[in-house]
Amino acid sequence: MIAYIIRRIFYAIPILIGVNVLTFTLFFIVNSPDDMARIHLGVKRVTPEAVANWKAEHGYDRPLLWNNTAQSADRVTNTIFFEHSVKLFMFDFGRSDDGRDIGSDIAKRMWPSLAIALPTFMVGLLTYITFAMLLAFFRGTYVDTGGVVLCVVMMSISGLFYIILGQYVFSKLWHLVPISGFDTGINAIKFLILPVIIGVVGGVGASTRLYRTFFLEEINKDYVRTARAKGLSELRVLFHHVLKNAMIPILTGVVVIIPLLFIGSLIMESFFAIPGLGSYTIDAINSQDFAIVRAMVFLGSVLYIIGLILTDISYTVVDPRVRLH
Amino acid sequence: MPFVPAILLTDWLVYFILTVVVAFALYARRHEHLRAPWRRVTRRPLAMSALVVLLVYVGIGLLDSTHFRLRDTEQDVAVSETRYSHEVLSVLDILLKPLRESSEKTYSAPFAVYAYTRETIVHADGSTSHIYPRLQYAGAHLHDASERPLDIAKRVAVASIQGTVIWIILLSAFAYFIARRKKETFGEVLHRLRRGQTEVPWRTILLTVGVLLILVFCALHLAPYYHLFGSDQVGRDVLYKSLKSIRTGLLIGTLTTLVMLPFAIMLGIMAGYFRSWADDIIQYVYTTLSSIPGVLLIAAAILSLQVYMANHPEDFNTLIVRSDTRLLFLCLILGVTSWTSLCRLLRGETLKLREVDYVQAAVALGARHTKIMMRHIFPNVMHIVLITVVLDFSGLVLAEAVLSYVGVGVDPTMDSWGNMINGARLEMAREPIVWWNLAAAFVFMFGLVLAANLFSDAVRDAFDPRLRR
Repeated sequence: MIAYIIRRIFYAIPILIGVNVLTFTLFFIVNSPDDMARIHLGVKRVTPEAVANWKAEHGYDRPLLWNNTAQSADRVTNTIFFEHSVKLFMFDFGRSDDGRDIGSDIAKRMWPSLAIALPTFMVGLLTYITFAMLLAFFRGTYVDTGGVVLCVVMMSISGLFYIILGQYVFSKLWHLVPISGFDTGINAIKFLILPVIIGVVGGVGASTRLYRTFFLEEINKDYVRTARAKGLSELRVLFHHVLKNAMIPILTGVVVIIPLLFIGSLIMESFFAIPGLGSYTIDAINSQDFAIVRAMVFLGSVLYIIGLILTDISYTVVDPRVRLH
Repeated sequence: MPFVPAILLTDWLVYFILTVVVAFALYARRHEHLRAPWRRVTRRPLAMSALVVLLVYVGIGLLDSTHFRLRDTEQDVAVSETRYSHEVLSVLDILLKPLRESSEKTYSAPFAVYAYTRETIVHADGSTSHIYPRLQYAGAHLHDASERPLDIAKRVAVASIQGTVIWIILLSAFAYFIARRKKETFGEVLHRLRRGQTEVPWRTILLTVGVLLILVFCALHLAPYYHLFGSDQVGRDVLYKSLKSIRTGLLIGTLTTLVMLPFAIMLGIMAGYFRSWADDIIQYVYTTLSSIPGVLLIAAAILSLQVYMANHPEDFNTLIVRSDTRLLFLCLILGVTSWTSLCRLLRGETLKLREVDYVQAAVALGARHTKIMMRHIFPNVMHIVLITVVLDFSGLVLAEAVLSYVGVGVDPTMDSWGNMINGARLEMAREPIVWWNLAAAFVFMFGLVLAANLFSDAVRDAFDPRLRR
């Protein structure tokens, strides 16, 4: 198993290189650093000197891939590709276009993201499984049909509506929680309640419906019939036999997003003004700060690949029948 | 000529999709194995009701996809050649002319006759007062604002009666047609329709049509005199904006699929069929692409496009060309992020299919690889493609709203539900709140997505062999 994990980690390297080459192409070849400088400086102040200055300030004045003027190893290292793309592999994110240290920004902003994403994830999983089990228990009845219809209706509503209406009703009309913002320590709770509730409600439709099918798939299997034949009550069958087996696809399906919880949700954080990585990314997009976007793309891919590896491991953990080679 | 066509790039693609769909429908009609699953879809009342709604959306979208420029009415006599206005219009714009041209000064509530903001009016005797002025267009036919409820009720009543009459005429024509074909009496057909005892759930379909007819007639009777959904910050009619947004939503949902399908199908089948190094490379490509969080990749690509557009202003001279290019590019990049899952599915299915007897037989008979893939494998993975396409549609429509909010969606000047919701964020903080933009976007988007979800469920059930018992 350890050998498998090590192999998977090595397999991740070419993928990360691919990601890097892709972002490098998007940001430096499709648009040259000169274009970027012009955007940042605005239309009026574009003189060749200003462009050159801006490029020198941000380290974009080097050649793209190969430095002919430098000596020996510097020929490769003293280039934009090395400075801005290869260094990402060492988690050296460099400086943003307005001069902030991206690495320390990320370390600082990760926690608010996690504070909102983790409870949403946990509460959500618990809620969805409960609802799905309820629907499976009442399968074939009006409760089940009504529940599925409700799921489809809720799926058809854009997440933005949940947020806007939630903020309006709970914060503006009823004044139960502050409309947005963040605080440290225990004070953060009152800011977190609403986003977590809305996050959970927004996902109810799709997840409940999916998990319900997992339950129904198990409920028709032979071992369940045997359990019923033994005379076990329906509730006992559901909790002792079906739940365990239905948890396998549910758990292995969600493991992949656990690492991505660090990045948080772009929409949630920007609506609720949570100073996490999601709002960091949105701000970067809006101010066209390419260095931050590049760093976040890389970070996101790394976390996703970790998620994939965790998924494989989780198969063996929840289901002893699976072995990794 | 009174107009000159100004077909946008996306319009051509719309026509292309339409041709493909029609061609496929004609082809499927003649092949029983393709007709059978569709027939199962037509037996589901909910799905057919959803289909009627979808068709209305598609119809509006198509009307909005035929663009042209009208001849300038203020001709310069000295210049002999005819000149055309710079404004690109669609057929829908012409049909909705009263809505398009009834712009107020700023916000106004649905059915309002008074403006949202106060204005200072200078009277003839020199005194001034700070009042809510009457709107320029909405309710302009009323002498006094107190006549409004009666006026609306009257128009709704007339519209409902008209809608019902038209519906009854349609219903009778339909029943007569069926009676002729099945050689039954008119009464029998009507009785069976009423009881819902037809194979295709005509009762549900006709009821849906009836409800839609009455709604359309109400809109026809009311919209020229009031702003049904109010007006927005610059006074544009919100109903008009919502109707224009339909095209954007539909395009995002369908063009994205169109862009990704060739890649996903070709690469997926090739990976599964050839295995070895081809499989490795294709797997590497899709793992790499899918490991980048979708929103970030889209953001990165759209930012690049923005920079490109800013630095090449000469290629994007008009507003509509800019927004059109951006929409197309957005579909392209959404396609890049969404083809991977389909590709993975197709690869898995092809791996299974290539061991099947008839493929082995084809190999043994010396058929070429391309031929085997085209003739034997592709038709047998078609159901997966179809299911994915219809299931993805609603997700893409919803994604448009989120992306527009993040600022990497369609052009901010383009009418789209995402842009309407985005604007509503500030409007909800106003006092009194401006809720109608959000409400209109919600109603129209919800209608489309719900119908798409219901329809795609039925398609999936009918085509998925695992579900067939």
